[in-house]
Amino acid sequence: MTPRDRVPRLAAAAAFVLIVLVAIPLAIRASHRTDLYYTLSSVALLSIASAGVWLTFYIGRINIGQGAYALVGGYVSAILVTTYSLSFWLSLPLAGLFCALVSAVIGLPILRLRGVYFAMVTLVLTEVARLSALALGITNGAKGITNIPPPGPISLFGLTLVPSFDSFAERNLAFYILSVVMMILCFAALYRLVNSRIGQLFAAMRQNEELASSMGVNVPALRVLAYAISSFFGGVGGAIFAAIAQSIYPSSFTVNDSVNFMLNCFLGGLSYVFGPMLGTLVLYFGWDLLFQTGEYQLLIYSGVMILLMLLLPNGLLSLRLGARKGS
Amino acid sequence: MAPIIEVKDLTKRYGGLVAVNDVSFDVQEHEILSIIGPNGAGKSTIFKLISSFVKPTQGRVTFRGKIISGLAPHVVARKGVVRTFQETTIFKGLTARDSVIVAHHLRSHASLPGFYLGTALARRDEAEFGHSSDEILEFLGLGEVRNEIASNLPQGHLRALGIAVGLAADPQVLLLDEPFAGMNHDETNRAVEMVRAVRDRGVTLMLVEHDMAAVMKISDRIVVINFGVKIAEGTPAAIQKNDKVIEAYLGVEDETIGL
Repeated sequence: MTPRDRVPRLAAAAAFVLIVLVAIPLAIRASHRTDLYYTLSSVALLSIASAGVWLTFYIGRINIGQGAYALVGGYVSAILVTTYSLSFWLSLPLAGLFCALVSAVIGLPILRLRGVYFAMVTLVLTEVARLSALALGITNGAKGITNIPPPGPISLFGLTLVPSFDSFAERNLAFYILSVVMMILCFAALYRLVNSRIGQLFAAMRQNEELASSMGVNVPALRVLAYAISSFFGGVGGAIFAAIAQSIYPSSFTVNDSVNFMLNCFLGGLSYVFGPMLGTLVLYFGWDLLFQTGEYQLLIYSGVMILLMLLLPNGLLSLRLGARKGS
Repeated sequence: MAPIIEVKDLTKRYGGLVAVNDVSFDVQEHEILSIIGPNGAGKSTIFKLISSFVKPTQGRVTFRGKIISGLAPHVVARKGVVRTFQETTIFKGLTARDSVIVAHHLRSHASLPGFYLGTALARRDEAEFGHSSDEILEFLGLGEVRNEIASNLPQGHLRALGIAVGLAADPQVLLLDEPFAGMNHDETNRAVEMVRAVRDRGVTLMLVEHDMAAVMKISDRIVVINFGVKIAEGTPAAIQKNDKVIEAYLGVEDETIGL
């Protein structure tokens, strides 16, 4: 990347940060639609999980199992906060790391599969996670974990960096800021990853794993790395979700969610890092808008999805970036 | 001089099928050695065994005296034995230049986290990969098309790109699987020159190839495989006169039916 095209990119990123962190909260305050905070927080968190799915697409694997890691992440954070009285802020990275670790163990054998076979195994993972949550003692079975306390303060050397969420008059706004900041961090990290040499190696693996390993690339290790990062995103998204809802149940993330994470990527565009973000936004609001059509909701929704995939196989972002080289 | 590659009693069985049967031969440093034989003779399987993409049922392959058969393919590549593939197997969606840059993996000094963070070492690596890729592309006559997506390139360029990708891995031994397939006469002549130039860079080459004219022109020695068994080994001139080879390619003269 030359310094010259770095400037407009940085400007676009800065504008985006200003819009989501300043303009949108101001607009919501002016219109008194504070319920939108919750909706937009959900979109931000779901897009983090979708970004993870996007990364597995990037190495050439169809991942329909992200719901499992979102669920595991939610439970890990909830259990650490309630049972072990750990700070939410510590439980958040731990939830992500736990998911990354679990996915590395699971990924080692299943990432050898490709195409529909890998997809089928991941589809089962979500159901395995749900049933485990139902069966295990530590997850409290079908009753789930409720009354999760909101995030406490972050203090460093006696200096309070983030006040306790209890102290906020508008707790929804605090959660919105948290979700959006996490989303920005995750997508920035993903953007850097994809545009680094690691991303180049991932792309090469997607094109041809045999040739990549013939060039000395440790393909099995890099596959697991990509999948672990993907699951880390799922776990982080799920953990914040549990904190916002202050509860987590076995049915908090189901196969439906796993499928939606994947659809978000398709809709936004698999060649664009920010595809899953746009896809999640459009899909989430699209589904809600269609609510008024009652019994026809699913019919219209499915029809539109099929049409979009036929007309825009490279996703919504291909409309704007069509002329540009995908990276 | 000790051989760079030593293939010893190599056997590969797939169930009841013996794809490679007790094959032994040596490859000398800076040599161009071709493996030929009728379709399905087991040539490609020998390549897969040498590059360790499949494990031998019996026997072994050594590289500079050390056993490499049974190691993971990327470890074998790391040691300096690099294989390119049959058909037009390249990184289809990448540009020619990016394909070659990616293939520089083994020359990295920086670690993966280093590349992520963009350390000075990683930036130096990246600059070096860029220069080296341009040099290799130029060397193989791909300078003009470096920014084309690989899948849009014509046959001749694709084969050259395959060799370029192999060269980028800095091999000591480069295994080329049918480098001249699908080429016309002129393209083949150019490719033959290319392979010779690669050897002159100090690389030992092994080829699996069907184009007999090209094989005879380019090879220092030839190993002939039929039904998984080595039936002859020698210089192109000797192979052309070898009865067993003629028999394998043209069939037995059978006097009873008047042939």
